[in-house]
Amino acid sequence: MPLAPPIIEVEQLKEHPALARLLAWNAGAVVGAKFDRDEMSIYVDRGYLREASSLLRDDPGCAFNFLSDITCVDWYPAEPRFEVVYHLLSIVKKERVRLKVKLESASTVVESLTPIWPGANYFEREVFDLFGIRFTGHPYLRRLLMPEDWEGHPLRKDYPVEGYR
Amino acid sequence: MSHLTPTPVLEPAQDRTMILNMGPQHPSTHGVLRVLLEIDGETVVRIMPDIGFLHTGIEKTCEAKFYQQVVPLTDRIDYLCPMTNNLCYVLAVEKLLGLEIPPKAQWMRVLMNELTRINSHLVWLGTHALDIGAMTVFLYCFREREEVLKMFEAISGQRMMTSYFRIGGISLEPPLGFFDRVREFAGYFPSRVDEYENLLTGNPIWGMRTKGVARMTAEDALALGASGPTLRGSGVDFDLRRDMPYSGYENFKFKVPVSQDGDVFSRYMCRVRELRESNEIIRQALEGMPEGPIKADAPGVVLPDREKMKTQMEALIYHFKIITEGFAVPAGEVYQAVESPRGEMGYYVVSDGTAKPYRVHIRAACLANLQTLPTMCVNGLIADVVAAIGSIDIVLGEIDR
Repeated sequence: MPLAPPIIEVEQLKEHPALARLLAWNAGAVVGAKFDRDEMSIYVDRGYLREASSLLRDDPGCAFNFLSDITCVDWYPAEPRFEVVYHLLSIVKKERVRLKVKLESASTVVESLTPIWPGANYFEREVFDLFGIRFTGHPYLRRLLMPEDWEGHPLRKDYPVEGYR
Repeated sequence: MSHLTPTPVLEPAQDRTMILNMGPQHPSTHGVLRVLLEIDGETVVRIMPDIGFLHTGIEKTCEAKFYQQVVPLTDRIDYLCPMTNNLCYVLAVEKLLGLEIPPKAQWMRVLMNELTRINSHLVWLGTHALDIGAMTVFLYCFREREEVLKMFEAISGQRMMTSYFRIGGISLEPPLGFFDRVREFAGYFPSRVDEYENLLTGNPIWGMRTKGVARMTAEDALALGASGPTLRGSGVDFDLRRDMPYSGYENFKFKVPVSQDGDVFSRYMCRVRELRESNEIIRQALEGMPEGPIKADAPGVVLPDREKMKTQMEALIYHFKIITEGFAVPAGEVYQAVESPRGEMGYYVVSDGTAKPYRVHIRAACLANLQTLPTMCVNGLIADVVAAIGSIDIVLGEIDR
């Protein structure tokens, strides 16, 4: 089973229900898209993340009613350095979609999704703890796994695996 | 929605309330969970879990290892279901590589996964009943669990940290007589589940401690990201094994137990019925076990057999290269989810084209499930907090990673 090359043209992917819905709503909110290994990723402009998620949750054609996961990838030293990754699941349609937001290292701030999915609470705290991404509108943005007085964010790529000694 | 975002418990909000610290060494917290409670007499006003005591930085460690070296690390994340972790990780890497897995390896993986589910649910049932005060069930459950652990030892050499799955298949052929042993176990196990049910299901004390306790609606469970029996106990009929099948689960016939009440008892009923369904899957796996190889035909990725290494030059070279430099995985990203005993376990693996994963993230089912605790416990009694924690079936190793 050889791997098919990823499709990265928004034009070729606009049939996908989630992407079609977002493009119909506001084409400026979609920065890019990728279809690779049967998985759909949509790059969303960070200013529209909350509205886009709310739309995907409430639209009956998409019905992504379950937030599976939030995490982050650090592409240090490239810019934009961080990619915050959201995995949505539609329990009705049995489909997944991945939303991504790119963040420059100068401004690691993104909207919190807790008003839409209260379950985002711990996931966002974890990303804040380990990557130092700030989520505006989060009710209690404190470290989750590391001690309160810990310095640095361990999952960043410029943080050594052995820690600072 | 605002009732699902609890306010932190730092100091008493009213004159008549007090803050009570529970854990991290409390036996009913299943490891090292600390819970801060604000109580008014016996009633819980606010509750805040405090986690992170078992954080070992496994995700960071993964980035410094070769792909095949990550498998033993995954065992130690959720130590009650090591093979489910193995499965989820190897499926993710196989998807990145585009590997085809031979049918026998797939069926063995299903068989071992359902044994793991039985193992995990037995620990849950025993400790959950122990927390509430029914000591006997614990001894009964661990009798059968011991048998499962002996089978794990026979097949992989380890009782708990099995590391049995490999990228591209499974590590070893099952030993002689293994299937007969599993068949015998699957034969008598339903009668043992009857024994547990005789002790608990109709027991009036058990009913009083669990029925109507720690209620949660389906809407709240979905909004909070709960999955597995915690979600199905609230009446949402969703199981990844049936609805988004992986590793050949589409070949098996089984029911997905759902209860509507959303209390501790309905979560209990879901898991106990799952024990029987898992046993049914094991029987089907034994009956239909295909013949053939247990590893994929991918010389640069899968370690060669010992016999071939002694006779073939190429096999020796591949072995040396895989061990010393690993194997490169095409760049890309994959999110693979499986139904673990606790809910949706997901591995998000990002590759940059080298032999080490660029990022491995584990979606812990328990982390999301733990967020339902305030919804379940507020306005309940302190004693019911213990029942609620048990009914979520938390494993702190998975929460903290």
